[in-house]
Amino acid sequence: MTQPVFWALVGMALVVLALYALIVHAHLLRKVLALNVMSSGVFLVFIGLARRTPGEDVPMAADPVPQAMVLTGIVVAVAATGLALALIVRLRVLTGRTTLGDDTGD
Amino acid sequence: MPLDPSGPGLAGPAWMLAVVFLPLAGALLCFLLPRLAAPVGLVAAALTAASTLALTLAVMADGTARTQLGGWAAPLGILWRADGLSVALLAMTAAVGVTVSLYATAYFRNDEHERTFFWPLWLLLWTALNALFVSADLFNLYVTLELLGFAAASLTALGGSAAALTGAIRYLLVSVLGSLSYLLGVALIYHGCGTVDLALVAACVPDAPRPAMQVAAGAMIAGLLLKTALFPFHFWLPPAHGSAPAPVSAVLSALVVKASFYLVLRLWVDVLGGGGRWVAELLGVLGAAAVLWGSVLALRQERLKLLIAYSTVAQVGYLFIAFPLAVAGGAVAWTGALYLALAHGLAKAAMFLSAGNLLRFGGHDRIAELDSAVHRLPLTLTAFALAGVSIMGLPPSGGFIGKWLLLEAAFEQERFGLVAVILLGGVLAAAYVFKVVGHAFTPAARERRIRAVPPGMEWSALLLAAAAIVLGLTLPLISPLLQLGPASAASAVTLAAGGGA
Repeated sequence: MTQPVFWALVGMALVVLALYALIVHAHLLRKVLALNVMSSGVFLVFIGLARRTPGEDVPMAADPVPQAMVLTGIVVAVAATGLALALIVRLRVLTGRTTLGDDTGD
Repeated sequence: MPLDPSGPGLAGPAWMLAVVFLPLAGALLCFLLPRLAAPVGLVAAALTAASTLALTLAVMADGTARTQLGGWAAPLGILWRADGLSVALLAMTAAVGVTVSLYATAYFRNDEHERTFFWPLWLLLWTALNALFVSADLFNLYVTLELLGFAAASLTALGGSAAALTGAIRYLLVSVLGSLSYLLGVALIYHGCGTVDLALVAACVPDAPRPAMQVAAGAMIAGLLLKTALFPFHFWLPPAHGSAPAPVSAVLSALVVKASFYLVLRLWVDVLGGGGRWVAELLGVLGAAAVLWGSVLALRQERLKLLIAYSTVAQVGYLFIAFPLAVAGGAVAWTGALYLALAHGLAKAAMFLSAGNLLRFGGHDRIAELDSAVHRLPLTLTAFALAGVSIMGLPPSGGFIGKWLLLEAAFEQERFGLVAVILLGGVLAAAYVFKVVGHAFTPAARERRIRAVPPGMEWSALLLAAAAIVLGLTLPLISPLLQLGPASAASAVTLAAGGGA
């Protein structure tokens, strides 16, 4: 197993674990954590598999573009986490709940 | 394509920058000057709409507009591009945006807290939408999708009630999940192609390793379907759209859902080169299920805003019925779906604004207690009924043209199941629109305290509803912008197994 494939598989495993956690856990903090783990998994796949020209034998570290993109992705993930936490804290203050409840409608 | 893609487009690039940076500057100014948020926001909205009009005219005259931000070339730099499809959606966004802005000045007049936060968030949302429509690389599209999701979730929470917060949190979680799924696809495409530029990726996809491209396409489209609220991913939409303030519901239902649909369409037609037949059939089945399920649930709602939100679930379904028809050769189905998307944007915004008026007027939105609203708010009820005409798909509305084109494609291919769904969806839509209108004519059992509705709120709803009707009369003007399919799709190779017709 080559190194890129190994990192990609680890990343995919993180994504799948996180998707499971996102679905089964009711507590909102756990859902937010699950999304954070999932984004780490996606970033790992992105960085692990990146190469600039397909077929060419370039060392992984040689391609800075996906690293810049993942850096942007990390900023986005931090912003999402902050926004989600602010909303959850507010919900807790208002209702004492830290779950979504079952007011989905159907 | 009738638009000349090689034209230089002299004025286009400047206007393209304007449609993104004007609302952004407006949002920042509104944030810095909370006391002046409404006037500053209104000016920014007017300027943004004016530059969108200028961009639309420039693209209609000179063909696709392109610009490289900072002068960096395509593989590394960020490329912006506005073609017919982009400007059609930009123009719809501007029409809804400027009217909702007018409405919002009256709606939030007495609520300083909501007014202070509405304007910067709404202009940021508009910025994200416009940036999404002009972005021409996969990663930039990811960033705009996330910006859009954050602005939309924050706006959903604007009311501050527990229901609004719950809706906003669910919306945010779904939105981030959808974006991550999309980003996973981008990562795999970068692995295969070494670029994220749409045109370069489209050229590379046929030669790239097929399994990786199929997984990438699947992840991206699944993430976007989640954001578009296609059945069975619609669970988050009604609570979020139903609990937000009226102007927010209007932009969420009319515009935000269309943005991810636009991206599905863009990927399908321009990047993946048409996609596989069975994927298209699956989308068609989900679309048909959405039309029926959404309409039936809309009919069963007791609250007006939830009825309108479920109607959005149903109308989104129509957009996906176009996929199997278009893949089998009926490119007219794309035009139909886009026409429906534009008409739905205008009509649904009008409906939510009307619902906001009724809510303001009676203090509630229970359909059974609308209490002769037609005598007291005739303009609002006219707006609701006219918007309903377009949602039902009666002539001469924009919704009629869209459904007609879809039906034409379905009849040509003898897809009578889809024909039945399209017609049945129209009948069900008529049922839920008349349910509301009927109660508005009938006196309710109890007399209620009522509040005056500012005329600006009534007129803006009516304006949008009228625009949805007039859209049906402008087919020759608009259809050149909406020609998708053979020209761009035929050149690329189909993706998934068993692809092609």
